Amino acid sequence: MTTPTDPTSADPGNFDAYFQSREDTLRWYREMLRIRRFEELAARSYTRGKISGFLHLYIGQEAIAVATKEVLQPADRVVSAYRTHGFALALGSDPRACMAELYGKATGLVAGVGGSMHFFDRAHQLWGGYAIVGNHSPVAAGHAFASKYLKDGGVTLCFLGDGALAIGPTHEGWTLAGLWKLPIVYVVENNRYSMGTPLSRSVPVDDITLKAPGYGMISDRFRVTSVAETAERLGAIVKRAREESKPALVELITYRFRGHSMSDPGKYRGKEEVEEWRRWDPLERTYRALHEHHGLSEDELEALDAEVVDEMEAAVEFAEESPVPEPEARFRNITIES
Amino acid sequence: MPEIQIRHAIRDAMREEMERDDRVFLVGEEVGYYNGAYKCSEGLLDLFGERRVIDAPIAETGFAGVGIGAAMCGLRPIVEFMTFNFSAVAFDQILNNAAKIHHMTNGQFSVPIVFRGPNAAAHMLGSTHSQAFEPFYAHVPGLIVIAVATAYDAKGLLKSAIRDPNPVVFLESELMYSVKGEVPEEEYLIPIGVADTKRAGDDVTVITWGQGVPVALKAAELAAAEGIECDVIDLRTLRPLDTEAVLESVRRTNRAVVLFHGWPYGGVGGEIIARIQEMAFDHLDAPVLRVCYEDVPMPYAENLEHLVLPTPERGLEAIREVAYRR
Ligand SMILES: Cc1ncc(C[n+]2csc(CCOP(=O)(O)OP(=O)(O)O)c2C)c(N)n1
Ligand SMILES: [Mg+2]
Repeated sequence: MTTPTDPTSADPGNFDAYFQSREDTLRWYREMLRIRRFEELAARSYTRGKISGFLHLYIGQEAIAVATKEVLQPADRVVSAYRTHGFALALGSDPRACMAELYGKATGLVAGVGGSMHFFDRAHQLWGGYAIVGNHSPVAAGHAFASKYLKDGGVTLCFLGDGALAIGPTHEGWTLAGLWKLPIVYVVENNRYSMGTPLSRSVPVDDITLKAPGYGMISDRFRVTSVAETAERLGAIVKRAREESKPALVELITYRFRGHSMSDPGKYRGKEEVEEWRRWDPLERTYRALHEHHGLSEDELEALDAEVVDEMEAAVEFAEESPVPEPEARFRNITIES
Repeated sequence: MPEIQIRHAIRDAMREEMERDDRVFLVGEEVGYYNGAYKCSEGLLDLFGERRVIDAPIAETGFAGVGIGAAMCGLRPIVEFMTFNFSAVAFDQILNNAAKIHHMTNGQFSVPIVFRGPNAAAHMLGSTHSQAFEPFYAHVPGLIVIAVATAYDAKGLLKSAIRDPNPVVFLESELMYSVKGEVPEEEYLIPIGVADTKRAGDDVTVITWGQGVPVALKAAELAAAEGIECDVIDLRTLRPLDTEAVLESVRRTNRAVVLFHGWPYGGVGGEIIARIQEMAFDHLDAPVLRVCYEDVPMPYAENLEHLVLPTPERGLEAIREVAYRR
C-alpha cells in the first residue's frame, strides 16, 4: 500500500487530510512561496553579480522550515547548517535584512559580516547558520544542555544535511545528547545529495534512522509532502523530546531542485529524476490543493503570488540601496571588553 | 600566606567561582568521580554534584562544542582537556565556533567559556603528548590565551578567565601542578593581559611564560652568578599581549631573550621578536634570541628529550650571547 507519506508512494495527487483546512493550507502556501520567491530573486541577483560567495538555495525544501515554525515554542531554538534562508524567513526574520546580508550590506541580518552561510537571528529563535559541515551538532547539544541545566523547557531543533552523517562532530553531538538525555531533535534533511554525491555513496545505509537506537534516540522518518504532515509528525517528536527530555532523530526525505550552490548546474542527476521529485514538491501540491480542492481560481493564486513577489522585490531594492558596512565595522565584535 | 600547589589553586578558583555563580560548571574527561586526571578538580563532584561537575566520555569535539553551545545560552562552562594535545581533535570547535560566533553573529551571541588543561612537554611522553599549543590558539582573533606558572597567578587568572565574557584558552603545566606557592586567603583577581616581572634586572630582558618561567628564572640565577642581571618578564597572557611591559624592559636593557616551551617556527616567540624590532629597534644592542624546543617532534628517549627542551643552561648561553659575554 502506498500513501503520500511513504517514500515509495506513487500518488502525489492525492489531497489527503493534510490539506483539509483551507485557511491553514493557504497560510502555509504563502509562507512556502515567500521562501521560494526570495530564493529565486537571490539567484537572479547572484547571476547579475550583486551577490557573491557561496549561495545555497532552499528551493524544494521550504515545507520543512514552515513546518518547523508551526511546532516551535518560545523557549525553543533552531540551529541549521548553511542552507538557512528558508528558516530565517519562516521564523519571522525580515526578508529585507536577509537579502541585505546576501549583498554584504550594513543593514544585513548580521550587518554584512556573515553572508548567506552564517544567518543568525536570535530574536526569531534562529541560532545559526553553521558552514563547517557537522560542527553545529555538538553546539546544538550544548543549547539543549543549557535548557536542561536551566530548566527553561526549551527544545533545540538541529537540522543537518545527509552529507553531515559521515563526519565526526555529528556522532559526538549525538552521543552526548543520548548519554545526557538532552531535549534535542536532530533533523536530517535528506535531500539525497551532498554536493554531487548521492546518498548511496556517502551513507552506508539508506534508512538513516537505523542509527537512532545506538544513540538512545527515538526516531521518525518520512517524505516531506506537506507542511501539515511534517508539522504533525515533527511536532509529536518535539513534544516527546520536551516532555521526556529525550533526544530524537528525524529523517525528512526531501529534494533540492537547484544545484548544490549557484555554481553547480547539477549535471550528476537526470531530468527524469528531477521531474519525478517535482511531482512531490510540497509547494506544487499545496497549489493544486488550493486550486482543485478548495476552489481558489488561478487568478486568485496569481494575485497572491504577485503580492509575495512584491514583498521580495522590495527586499532586493532595500538591499541594493543599503549602505555597505563602514570600514571600522571590521574591528567590531571580535572580543568583548571585560 | 598559606602555600598551596598549583593544582589546588586551580581547584580553589573553580570552587569559588562555582559557589559564586550557579551558571559555572565543569565538564571534561575524568573530572568528576576520578577527581581529574591530575586532580585539579578534587572534591568538586562531592561539593556540586553531577549537574555541575560532568564526566564526559572521550569526545573532545563533542564536549567542547556542548560547552560552546551552553555558553551561547548564558552558562559559564569550564571545559577541561585532559591535556591540550587532545584539544587538537576539537580544534575546529575552538577555531570556528568559540572564536568566531560573537563576531559572526554581529554580537547577538557571546561565548564566555574557559578551555583549560596542561600544555607542553611533561616527561618522556613522546611526540603526540608533548606539544605546546599556544601558537595555534594565540594566532586566532577572538580568543584570549593565558599561560600560568605560579599558584598565585593560576588562581587569580583562572577566576578572571571564568568571569571573562570571551572564550579563554587557559594553559597549565603537568610538570608544575605540584609546585607550591603563596596564595592569599582573601579573594583576589588578576587582570587578563598584564605581564608580571618575576625577577628584576637591568642587563638582559628574558621574556617567558608558562612552563618556561621556572627555566628562565633558573637561567637568570646562573647569569647573576656571572654578574649579568636579568629582567624576567612572565607574560601570563599571550593574547592580548602586554607589549608595553616587554618594550619598557627592552628599552632599559637593550637586549632580549625569549624563552619558552614550544617550537620556534611561527610561534609566539617570533611574534614577540617581531614586535620588539618594530617598536624598539633603535634600542637593541644585539639580535633577540629564542630558547625553545628544537624544531623536531619530541622524542621519547630521555637523553634526546633533554636535548630538545629549553634548559637553564641553554638559557644562560643565550643570555651571555646577547650580553656579548662569551
Ligand atoms: C567539514 C566540511 N567539509 C566540506 C565542506 C564543503 N561542503 C559544503 S556543503 C557540502 C555538502 C553537504 O551536503 P549536505 O550535508 O547533504 O547538505 P545539503 O547541501 O544537501 O543541504 C560540502 C562538501 C564543508 N563546508 N565543511
Ligand atoms: Mg544533502
